This record gives sequence, structure tokens and C-alpha cells, in this order.
Amino acid sequence: MTTADYERNMVLSSVDYKVLGTRPVRHDGADKVTGRAIYGADFDASGLLHGKILRSPHAHAKILSIDTSKAEALDGVKAVATAKDFPQTGDKSIEMGEDTTKLKWLRDNIMASDKVLYAGHAIAGVAATNPHIAEEALALIEVKYEVLDSVMTTQQSMAEGAPLLHESLTTQELGEDSGIVSNIADHFQHSKGDVKKGFEEADVIVEREYNTAMVHQGYIEPHNGTALWSPDGRLHVWCSTQGSFVVRDSLADLLDIPVSNIRVTPTEIGGGFGGKIPIYVEPVAAILSKKTGTPVKIVMSRKDTFEGSGPTPGSNIKIKLGAKSDGTITAAHAWMAMEAGGYPGSPVGAAAQCVFAAYDIENGLIDGYDVVVNKPKTAPYRAPGAPNAAFGMEQALNELADKLGMDPIELRLKNVAEEGTRRVDGPTFRRIGAREVLEAMRDHPHYQAAKKSGHGRGISIGFWFNIGFDSACNIAVNKDGSINLTEGSTDIGGSRTSIAMHAAEVLGIAVEDVRPSVVDTDTIGFTAVTGGSRTTFATGWAAYEAAQDVKRQSIERAADIWDVDADSLDMEDGIISSKTDSELKMTFKELASQMSDTGGTITGRAAVNPKGVGGSFAGNIVDVSIDDETGKVSIERFTCVQDVGKAIHPSYVEGQMQGGSVQGIGWALNEEYFMNDQGNMANSSLLDYRMPTSLDLPMIDTVIVEVANPGHPFGVRGVGEANIVPPTPAIANAVSDATGNIMTQLPLTPGAVLDSGK
Amino acid sequence: MKWIDYENAKTVDEAVKILSQSGGKARPMAGGTDLIVQLRVKDPRVDADVVVNVKDIPELNELSYSTTKGLTIGAAVPCHKIYNDSNVITHYPALIDSASLIGGTQIQGRASLGGNLCNAAPSGDSIPNLVAHNGVATLAGPNGTREVAVEDVCTGPRQTCIGKDEILVSINLPNPGEGFGANYIRFIPRNEMDIAVVGAGVSVNISGGKFTAAKVSLASVAPTPISVPNAISALVGESVGDGPIQNAANAAKEAAKPISDMRGTAEYRKHLCEVLTRRALNTAVERAQGGK
Amino acid sequence: MPAKTHVTTTINGEQVDFLCEPRQSLLECLRDVIGLTGTKEGCNDGNCGACTVNMDGRIVTSCLVLGVEAEGANIETIEGVADGSNLHPLQLAFLENAALQCGICTPGFILSSKALLEQNPNPTEHEIRFWLANNLCRCTGYDKIVRAVQDAAKRMQEA
Repeated sequence: MTTADYERNMVLSSVDYKVLGTRPVRHDGADKVTGRAIYGADFDASGLLHGKILRSPHAHAKILSIDTSKAEALDGVKAVATAKDFPQTGDKSIEMGEDTTKLKWLRDNIMASDKVLYAGHAIAGVAATNPHIAEEALALIEVKYEVLDSVMTTQQSMAEGAPLLHESLTTQELGEDSGIVSNIADHFQHSKGDVKKGFEEADVIVEREYNTAMVHQGYIEPHNGTALWSPDGRLHVWCSTQGSFVVRDSLADLLDIPVSNIRVTPTEIGGGFGGKIPIYVEPVAAILSKKTGTPVKIVMSRKDTFEGSGPTPGSNIKIKLGAKSDGTITAAHAWMAMEAGGYPGSPVGAAAQCVFAAYDIENGLIDGYDVVVNKPKTAPYRAPGAPNAAFGMEQALNELADKLGMDPIELRLKNVAEEGTRRVDGPTFRRIGAREVLEAMRDHPHYQAAKKSGHGRGISIGFWFNIGFDSACNIAVNKDGSINLTEGSTDIGGSRTSIAMHAAEVLGIAVEDVRPSVVDTDTIGFTAVTGGSRTTFATGWAAYEAAQDVKRQSIERAADIWDVDADSLDMEDGIISSKTDSELKMTFKELASQMSDTGGTITGRAAVNPKGVGGSFAGNIVDVSIDDETGKVSIERFTCVQDVGKAIHPSYVEGQMQGGSVQGIGWALNEEYFMNDQGNMANSSLLDYRMPTSLDLPMIDTVIVEVANPGHPFGVRGVGEANIVPPTPAIANAVSDATGNIMTQLPLTPGAVLDSGK
Repeated sequence: MKWIDYENAKTVDEAVKILSQSGGKARPMAGGTDLIVQLRVKDPRVDADVVVNVKDIPELNELSYSTTKGLTIGAAVPCHKIYNDSNVITHYPALIDSASLIGGTQIQGRASLGGNLCNAAPSGDSIPNLVAHNGVATLAGPNGTREVAVEDVCTGPRQTCIGKDEILVSINLPNPGEGFGANYIRFIPRNEMDIAVVGAGVSVNISGGKFTAAKVSLASVAPTPISVPNAISALVGESVGDGPIQNAANAAKEAAKPISDMRGTAEYRKHLCEVLTRRALNTAVERAQGGK
Repeated sequence: MPAKTHVTTTINGEQVDFLCEPRQSLLECLRDVIGLTGTKEGCNDGNCGACTVNMDGRIVTSCLVLGVEAEGANIETIEGVADGSNLHPLQLAFLENAALQCGICTPGFILSSKALLEQNPNPTEHEIRFWLANNLCRCTGYDKIVRAVQDAAKRMQEA
């Protein structure tokens, strides 16, 4: 088979549905191609003031004083806010979408009180009649600092005698407070079997250390938020967020007001990838609105977005693998330290859940270290922590395959995790698709094709566990048989439609007859973040249940109309009919037209917190060429395979796979926080933070594998994240294949690739 | 951005008058693709109270060719007009190397080679190319006009010999004549939208199988784009072939005084000077000998 | 504070008058003064292309144009791309090829692609990728965008 002979995008499916698996135009599409959709920065309100935030030029310093008087005196300035304006409430732990954090840390990250912990740390906010005046006012705020030595990497931060970020931070050592003050917030371990014995039994051992750089999610829309703190005590916030309820609950904690006094209206959102789970500007806008009595909008600049939001950590990772000569892995040890940023809370815990997950490892040990450094507080980024871990693990596996003389896919298949495999970090897998992904890779025309001369080829797989959490959905039936579906998951990539498709499938109606809306926190039940690959899985499930509720009631109405027992009726493909009397037949639309006379509108509702989460595996095959005089790597061919359980809307599933792949390509080749000697990010623009452009890429071929998740009514697993895990090691493996040198550091910049042989 | 005043000059004299009366606080603006960003980020090297639009001045929009005078490029002519111009395509094809890689399509709708020169970035992608084409800048000031070779315009990062009361009117590229070939290439980690890690602009004149003239100029390896006299002397008078080209490339590497920064280490950049100069010279030779 | 400047321009075929400060970009004027928020800000330094508009027949990043420069100009924004209630073939192609996820970059991509197809009705994949290199998309990996532009080119040639 040649390249032209196969579909560039394949779906390996086993179950067919009426609506699921089709590719309808998304419901919010027309608004988004005509410029009518309202994103956070587009929001306007009468009397709107514009806010700007002053940020620290220093990576680590004590704040000695802040004098805002000159700024307040500037014509057009209406209010200035500093940390003093936030309630100094107790220090409880709070939920942050996918993480928990301490309230003081969250508060101090939004506005520094005693210390600044990274360049870009917020110091003060100004509200003025226009953004230029607000910016001029920032220059008039006088801050006195005592500059301290800073630490930029986990190695520096963990070293003996390193400058301390937090004088009260003591290391949690294997679950106990060690009482030792250090930059290591946490050291944990997972173990299984006897690692020492496992390595003794090995015929071959590989061991290597890897480093990856801090990178940013790179969403094109900067953070934004508008707040109106009304005189009646009600706070209304409009913002681009991945979780309107996280915004509401975080604001309640930070501002010390009840959640019932806060309404968050999520606007359309211009990308997030995890980075728009935490809040940054919303509380500042709220304080400024309280002071002025008018709505205040704050929109970050791109520089603010790089320096003052939450990137994903750089990391220092050591992997040791032992195997029998037949390829059976006998032991594995992963040692991982990750940058938390200025406050504890790196994704090293998630990394530990993923690093060995694809393999059945008898003897395994995982050490994780959460380390504070003088860089922005990290936030989730698409399978947070897993790409870092895979960069080490999946290269070590290729090194092992080389030593064993085995095909790298065969080595993985030899050790692949399956249903019943217990992970080193504890959980036992239900049905998973790791084997199917590897087999699809092995059998793919790309893997079967000979490499072009001079090209390198690499492969890798990756895992993300996906999450469930709370979702709510309401459905109201219209008299024409269409339905209005309301839900609370902000739609970053077409999820309104994939959720609507669940309801359409259940009711047997066209997806165009579903009007899905993402509504505010006053209007729908608690719904967790659009993150963790959960939206189609969990909110889709809520829509499934709400539609089942509508279906049940529709059958009951028909039973009333026909004066028969509801148990004798069924509803399929949008037709209610009797199981016994073929004369009794009515379409859902006909029933809808009679709702008013039969008891009023039919409304369905559901709230779920599904436990049947199914993890997702993704794999890549990548061919690269390398300019051997400059070291520049070009991606020549790229294939992404992923088990998604069930692809509800295959086009948007492919889109997730392609998008995650390309973010991984950027991470592999060029992206990094380049910190100068003073601890400032030197490349905080989209010119110098080099995300891939269209010209840097080939088409991204996809293979959707559907190994149904037994924990979801339609088998959905979730697709958003696992696809960013394999690219960095797959590309590193391809570069190694081409150069003969193992790539231990990200990014694989041209200079680094050229130097790799030296 | 702090408050600025905006003036729209219709003639060279009017522009010069506004600049002269501003006490050094006015800046001419053509495409604005650098200037607007610099004002926005408060670049201390660009402290202006007044922005003077020069895009409506006829002389700054000239793009003309004659065999005697060569090519005249008005200072405000945007890149897209240059690479779509039939005279450029016929007589100065290598100029397109720079005009088509400054920024992306949108930037090329506004950005001018004149602005690129006046901005005097060490990495300015058009400057080594203009030098390779023996470009001469025409400046107008209160005391009339003067001419300066392009290679003498830049004096430091964002610094030029152009007075605060002068404007760049145009750049003239003399007729290169027979046996001429030029090329500008740069190295960037992406394939577009990037600042040159190193750029190399070269030209050669070939007659009777020998290099009769040459230019080698580098970007991003010193505070200003630099010329490499030793590369020129390695070529001129020699027979066309790999030996002299390699010697010129080695001279370029030797002449470069780069710094280490986020775009690459000094050592890597010096290495690239050799690679890019060699590659650019090979292309220039090919063009001089009638290839595309 | 000095007085604002009066600007008369043409936007999407209609004459528009507005007042602005010389320091305000065309992007700010479109969004904050005129109320056309379909043009987006992603970087404010010309590198993401989200603010792309067509000005006098050329696409530009409107963050790098001063509002005062719009005097006498002819400007097309995303709000003017559809013909009344009929979507432009590019808009249809973007929808049917799922060429947008979050959609924030979409107005810029449509403006850029439209200018491409107007001057090159049948571009190659490489020509599309080169032309669009000043428009960043972080969601799609560009695959479906390139296909949508190819599809739109086909639709427009068949029309």
C-alpha cells in the first residue's frame, strides 16, 4: 500500500450509531466564522473601565513598600488595588478544577503580598477610563524591593543552600511532614514488587537522565475577565474560562463571599488547554469594580500571558529499565522532579500515574518531587506532566529495544498493559486499548513504508487517565419537537455539538433539532472544568441521562394519550410505538405538539459524577529530516493513532489528535521559557516563543481506534489529552534514529541537535 | 502607549520641517511594523512624541528602473510591491529573497525595505541584501539631500547615521550588469516568522570564469549588519570554484562577533556564518551563471 | 489631553466616521470605538494574525496600523465577508471541514485565505501554508484549515 492508497484519516470502529460518528456542522459555527461570537475580551458593559496589572520585574524579592498615590492622582484613573484589598482569611485548602491549593498561595499568586516569587508576579491593579491611561498609571506606582537570589530549575532549587522561596514550606516526605524547610514541597513514592530483585534478574539495563524546559499552552486568546460588583452585593463576572464554577468558587474563597452572591457567565473561549482553569485577572477586576461601582475589564497582554499565567513545568527525569533478553521488562524506576513555579503544585503526581501506565511492569518504583522555583506557578497543560515523563520513558524503551535488537513496537507489545494489569501507582486497568493502538501503528502504511534516505523514524505511545467529575444538563422540549439543551461545560473545541449528539442519539432526532447552550452558574447545576478529557465523556453522559428522562416522560405522555400502560410502549428513532398494537404510533414531534394539552412542557434533567472513566492511549509514528550542517529538524511525515473509545464527532476527534500532535511538535522542537541571567523570560512574545506555523508542518494523519470504554453508555473515553504525550519522545527517537545520538534535552533546538554528537 | 501626535506629511520638505521642529522627538513612519511595536513596549531607543506618516510622499513611493540609474526604491514602498514588480523580478531577483521573508504576508503588506534599514536591527533581513546590491541611500534634511552607502547607514542597534531631522527618501541599487548574481538567506528555527539567527547577503560578478567583484554581508552577528572585506578579497580575482567560496565562508565565520542569546550560542552562530555564506555564494554563482 | 482625531473611512462597504486618539491602533478602533469585535487580539505585535483585516486590497495585522491611518481607506473585516445571510465559500468550508476548534483565530484565517484565493484561485498546499504562516492556530495543527482552504478554492472555481 502506498501513501495515496489509504485514507489519511481512518476510523477503526466496531459499533455504528445513527447520530454518533457523523460529522454535523457545529451549532456555534456560523457565529464563529462571521465574527459574531462574543469572547471574553469582546464583552462590553455600560460605563466599562479598563484595568491593567503591574508586574514584578524581579524573579525573587521582598516587597518593602508599594506607593500608589501618584497613580491614583492621574487623570482618568478610578481605582488602584493591591494585595491589601483582599480579605486576609484563613489558610484552608481549596479545589482548583483539577488540583487543590492553599488559599494563601492562590491569593498571593493573584496579587503578591509580602514577596514576589517570579518575574511577572502581579503587584497591583489599576482601573481607568481607557487602557492606555491604566498603563500609564502602572508606571507611576512605586514599589520598593529587596532583591533576593533566585532559582530557575529543580536542580538549583533542590541544591544544598539554595535560596528559599517560602520560609514556612516544609517537605512532605512520603506522606508525612518532615519539618524540614526546603524548596521541595513534596516527595512521594509508588512501588510495586521488588525493584532490586527485578534489576538483578535483568539481562539488559538502560539508565539515563533527561531534562525538559518549561513551556506554555499558547492559546491565542489572552486571559480576560470583566467584573461588576453591584451595590446589592452580587458579583457578576464574564470571562473566558475552562470552568465557570471554578471561577465562582475560587472567587468566593478569595473574596470571602458566599457562592450564592456570585454569578459567572462564561463567554466564548479562545483556547485553554488547561491554562484557563486557574483564575488570574477576575478577582482583581472584582476588587476594582467594588471600589468604583462600575464594571471593570482586564485583558492580559501576550507578555502578561507568558509571564503571569500558568505554564507547564520544566523537569528533571531519570529512567532506569531492566529487561530479559526476550524483551520482558523485569524492573523499572522513574525519578521525576518537576517545577511547581512559585507555589507548590506541579503535575508530578499525574506524571507518576502515567509514566509506566502503558506497560505491565512486575517490579516498579516511582519517585516524584514537587519543587518550587522562581518561575510562574504552573497550571495544567493537556495531560499535565505526562509528556515530560514520556520523553524519558519512551526514549529509554527505544534504547532498550536497540540493545535487545528488537523492533520498538514489538518490545512495547511484549510488555503492553491490558485489562487486569495493575499499574505501579496502584489502580488496575479495566478494558483499555494500548495493544490496539500499538497494533494499528505496526500495521499502518506509514510504519510499513521504507524510510526515505537520510530520514529518521521514531515511534512512541503515551497515556492519559482522563477524569469524570460533576456535570449537569437540562433539556426543554419545544412544541415543534426540537429541544433546548443547557449545560455548563465551556466549549473550547466543538463540545456543544458532541454533547448535543448524545441527546439526539437517545431521542432519535436530528442533531440540528438540538439547540445546545452553555449557560452561566445561576442557570445550571455545578459542572466541573472543561479539562481532563472529561467534557464529552461526563457532560455528554449528563445529556444522555437528561435525554433518557425526556424519553421516559414522552412515553408516559403517549401512554396517557392512548390510555395504555407506559410499559407497553417504546421509543426508537424518534417514534413512540406500542410493542403490542401496531396501530399505536406517534413521532416525537407529534407528541411535542400535544405537550401543552397533556401536562405542559416536557423537561429532562440530569446531574452525574460518573466513575467509569476510561483512560486513553495515543501513539505516533514520525519521520524527520535533519539539515546536517545546521541541525534543523523538519517533520516530514506524522501519524497519530489514538484509542478514544467512541468518536462522537470524528472530525473534532481528529482535530484534537492533530492539535495535540502539533503542540507536541512545538514542545519537541522549539518551545521553551528562555530565562536570562536575571530570571526574566527573554522570549515572551509570539515571535520568539516559537509555536509551529502552518509552514512548519505536514498534514497530520490520524487513526481513530475505538475500544469501547465499558464505563460509558456509548463507550466514550475522551480524546483531548493523550495525544500530546507521545510526540516529544517520538520526535526525539526519530532524531536519534537519524543522528545516532540520544537526545536527552528538550527542546531539540537546531544548535542542540548539531551538538548532540559532540 | 503614551500619547503621540500624528502628522501626515505630503512632501519631503514638509516631513523634514516637522522633524526639524520636533526637537528630535519625531519619527517618520512608513509601514510602522517595527515603530508601532517599539512605541507600545516603550523601547527607550525610540522615544517619540510625534509620528510622521511618510507614505503619502510621492518620492517615497517611487519604484522605478532604468539601465542608467538602476533601481530606485522609495523608502516607503512595501515589500509586496517589490516582489511583485516586473523590473525587480527581471533585473534584481535576489532582492525578492529578503522582501518575501520579512514577516509574513500581512507584514509584507506594510513593511518597507527603507523602514527595515532605518530600524537598524542587527538582524534586519534586507540590509545585507541591499549591501550586496551596492545600495546607496538618499537622505533629505534641512540642508538638502545627501547620499550614503547602505553599508554605512547603521551605526549600532537601532542607531543610524540618519539625523533626527532627516528622512530616508529612497535606496538606489545601481544596474548590476552582466554576470551578476546575488542571494540572501537566513537561518531560523521555524520556516517563517522569525528573527534571523544569522543572515547572509552576498553578490558576485563573474566574467571569464573569474570573480570580478563580490560582496558578503552578515546579519545578527554584531551590533549592526556587517560587511566582510576578507571574504570579498578571498573571491575577487579567483577562478569560480569551491575553493574561493570556502575561503570566503571561512572569512565570514572569522569576521562574525556574535553574542549568545535565546536564538543561539555565539559558537553556533559563527558556525552558521560559514554554512550560510557558502550556501548563499553557491546560489549567487548559479544565478550569475544564468540559473534562477 | 489633546483632542481626538476625526477619521472617515469605509468599512465593509459602508462609510464610517469615528474619533480616535493617534495612539490607538486600527484594531482598538475597530473593537473599542466602532464595536466590530470580530477582529481579535492575540499578541498586539503582528505575530499571531488574529487581527488580520484587508486594507485597500492587502491583508494587514490591524494591531500594527494606527487608527488614524484608516482615513480614506477601504477596510474589510470578518463582519463583511458573508454576503448578507449567505456565507462565503470559505466560511462554509471552514464549518464543513471542522477547521476551527476554539475559533479565536478563525476571523484572521478567513481574511487571509480570502485574499490568497482572490489572487491565486488554485493554490498548492505549500502556497497555502506559506501564505498563512502569519496566522497562528494553536488548536487544529492547521491540517483541517489547509483542507478547508483547498475545499473553498474548489467551491469557488466551480461556482
